[in-house]
Amino acid sequence: MTSFGVIQFPGSCDERDALYACGMVGDARMIWHEDTDLGGVDAVVVPGGFSYGDYLRAGAIARFSPAMNAVAEFARDGGPVLGICNGFQVLCEAGLLPGALLPNEGVRFVCRQVELVVVGDETAFTSETEAGDRLSIPVKHMTGRYFAPEAELDELEAAGQVTLRYAPGHNPNGSVRDIAAVSNEPGNVMGLMPHPEHAVDPLTGSADGLRLFASVAARRREPAATR
Amino acid sequence: MKARVLIRPKEGILDPQGKAVERALPALGFDGVSAVRVGRLVELETDDADSLPDLCERLLANPLIEDYEIVTDSQ
Repeated sequence: MTSFGVIQFPGSCDERDALYACGMVGDARMIWHEDTDLGGVDAVVVPGGFSYGDYLRAGAIARFSPAMNAVAEFARDGGPVLGICNGFQVLCEAGLLPGALLPNEGVRFVCRQVELVVVGDETAFTSETEAGDRLSIPVKHMTGRYFAPEAELDELEAAGQVTLRYAPGHNPNGSVRDIAAVSNEPGNVMGLMPHPEHAVDPLTGSADGLRLFASVAARRREPAATR
Repeated sequence: MKARVLIRPKEGILDPQGKAVERALPALGFDGVSAVRVGRLVELETDDADSLPDLCERLLANPLIEDYEIVTDSQ
């Protein structure tokens, strides 16, 4: 069974939901930000919230935490790492993912259900989806406008690193090219602004988010499918 | 020595905070104000001024989206 570790920073607020979502497809445990050892987990989730108060810039301080050093090493060794919302910001600041997140174009905090379209279905977190699938997942953030220079965007698209887009008319924050999620080149690290951990039960409107967690769990069962 | 680091959104990057401030000004009667950009100011004291650019690149600013300018007392 896949074991997930969810990093908990001071100021995290979605780590419990992430733990619950991971627990639906595997074993899940919390990892405190001061831990220097990930305890042998198979996959890591960097959850949403306001790590270290989002001081300076969202994610700027969290990336220096002992746990994030361990996550960076884990990612370099090919370990699957999912950054959600603030976790996405942390992974970008840490240089584990390309680009950066800017304040929403509309200046306001956005909190709503959005439709996403799967673009890259070969990463560790999208392998149980097909390109073209639509996923209904909520967003809730203030700093979610994805940005990378044009030339880099072309490279990312060519390399298949844009994994999810907001469906037409659903871009909540002004992200360039409607990008909702990107991965690193090998596809083992992915970050997204929407919250799949809040969409794991039909009772709350959608269970589409579970497919991202299930992708990692399935990958674990089929070790040959490494990408 | 004391130093101030001015951090701004890079040119060409939309600054919604600046836009919001700009749109609010006419309501107070300040007409004709344009190109408002909102950044950050970091004040610090250091014994090693040479390390300031590195410090800015690695923490105070995100060079992908922000420009920075270091102003020291000696200038």
